[in-house]
Amino acid sequence: MEFGTTFIVLACVFGLFMAWGVGANDVANAMATSVGSKALTIKQAVIIAAIFEFLGAYLAGGQVTKTIRKGMIDADLLSGTPELLVFGMLASLLAAGIWLLVATRAGWPVSTTHSIVGAIVGFAAVGIGFDAVKWAKVGTIAMSWVVSPVVAGVISFALFRSVQKFIFDKPKPFEAAKRYVPIYIFLAGFMVALVTMFKGLKHIGLHLSALESYSYAVITGLVIMFIGIFIIRRLQYDAQADRDYHFTNVEKVFAVLMIVTASAMAFAHGSNDVANAVGPLAAVVSIVQSGGHVAQKSAMASWILLLGGVGIVLGLIMYGQKVIRTVGRNITELTPSRGFAAELAAATTVVVASGTGIPISTTHTLVGAVLGVGMARGIAALDMKVVRTIFMSWIITLPAGAILSIIIFFMLKGIFT
Amino acid sequence: MSPVDIASLFGSSPVSPLQAHMAKVQACIEALEPFIESALDGKWKKAEKAQIKITKLENEADELKKTLRLNLPTGLFMAVSRRDVLEVLTMQDRIANKSKDIAGLMLGREIEFPKVMNKKILEFVKRCIDASAQAQIAINELDELVATGFRGNEIKLVSSMIKKLNKIENDTDKIQVKVRAMLFKQEKELPPIDVMFMYKVIDWIGDLADIAQRVGSRLELMLAK
Repeated sequence: MEFGTTFIVLACVFGLFMAWGVGANDVANAMATSVGSKALTIKQAVIIAAIFEFLGAYLAGGQVTKTIRKGMIDADLLSGTPELLVFGMLASLLAAGIWLLVATRAGWPVSTTHSIVGAIVGFAAVGIGFDAVKWAKVGTIAMSWVVSPVVAGVISFALFRSVQKFIFDKPKPFEAAKRYVPIYIFLAGFMVALVTMFKGLKHIGLHLSALESYSYAVITGLVIMFIGIFIIRRLQYDAQADRDYHFTNVEKVFAVLMIVTASAMAFAHGSNDVANAVGPLAAVVSIVQSGGHVAQKSAMASWILLLGGVGIVLGLIMYGQKVIRTVGRNITELTPSRGFAAELAAATTVVVASGTGIPISTTHTLVGAVLGVGMARGIAALDMKVVRTIFMSWIITLPAGAILSIIIFFMLKGIFT
Repeated sequence: MSPVDIASLFGSSPVSPLQAHMAKVQACIEALEPFIESALDGKWKKAEKAQIKITKLENEADELKKTLRLNLPTGLFMAVSRRDVLEVLTMQDRIANKSKDIAGLMLGREIEFPKVMNKKILEFVKRCIDASAQAQIAINELDELVATGFRGNEIKLVSSMIKKLNKIENDTDKIQVKVRAMLFKQEKELPPIDVMFMYKVIDWIGDLADIAQRVGSRLELMLAK
């Protein structure tokens, strides 16, 4: 294919930039709840985020990347003109990147997921043809944007209720916490491991049966749980600390749990959001490398996810920790016992979406999860204006991404043909 | 920064400002005790100093009240309803207001009760301060209530605190009856206008415990939802 190398280099640069942006901006929301509830320091949060965002992106990022790469466009229409798909994907990356920069500067609500999906649907519908878009799939994705916060909310509500029942209601909540918190730790470890075993790992050459997946997930959960128990055992009851606020000691136990859920959250975020950056890149690479075939069948090169993971970590380390600090500092009302419920619920929802290959917004899911805890009367005050902001981000970001990518698509088409 | 940031989801909690206000109110009503002591002894210079302190504390409580009201926008989804918070706040504030009024009236008219009543009146005032202190203890449980999501043991604990508050208020009613009876026995020998105001002071002191009890019953409403 003519200009093939140029396209790949361009896509790598744009993709890396997007991944950097995800690391710089989006990770903050995933990690800030842990920092805000003082379960982690900034430094610990950044280290955990770096490790687990990378692992999530690399191990479990494949399904969503596949969806972004080829799930939303009917490539059969493009078999004669593969370069159109290349232009479109480059345009989408650039459009989403530009929109993120502009909107962030202006203080408008942005979502990386929404801008990239809007951009791809935009160029496909206008640049190629209305029928080129797999509307059923796009519809499913759009639905999931409504469903995911609700599901996360329901899970976090249930989790927090269970905490109330099993721990806070007990005459000795500290003892109860020591007994029950390891179970939550197991749940978090098991769930993340299970989705990863089922849906990830194939591209690194590991093929597991369902039974193997389950057993390895259980083992992973148990290992993490025993580490948790070991740490919790060492916690000393400090009567002095409970004088002002009676649950200070209990919260210390939950803080251990929150290290696990924060890792799960970072993992989930990496697994879903890496696709926003490298999905289009993967599409460009597979077309160019197959010599111009719109290769729907070809597997994705694993270096692409690696690149995405590296990009996210770079963004996180260069700029993201500043954002985590700012956002975390402003979360003053979240204690580990509710922060964990929100994080575990959001991480579960996101990781399942990642496993099914549906790109969702981690931030929106987390907002849903926090609202769920609020519904259980677990948070003193929630500002519902954020919900409006989320609707705004749907209404603004989708067309903005679409329009920008259409313009860039025709520009690229003009330049290269 | 990504503008849908998770921190903006957390509205400022009304709990700790409410507790801070109650602490100020409690300081104000506790300042009433030295004032009454001086007033009963007829040491008006000393009483005036105490009255100034009460007024100052009442003003500070007012400021806290205003700040909390301004920080309670309508778009908040709260563990406690906005109305309940505002009503508890109003009740708390009335304790401080009443304390100021009592000190103002006694100082302004230099009301001196018959000396035989001193001990009983002081007991009366102290018990009313106890009522307010008990209300504060209950209000201080609000963050624990939020922590437990208003469920289980914590509810029982707060309910028992409110029960104790009601008992204290009952005590004050009984003392009030005795104080009034003492005054009734002597009123013929005292200047009638002064007596009128003495009754008023007694009423107002009794009001302190009534309002404290109402703080408790508002809190009880919060538990019920």
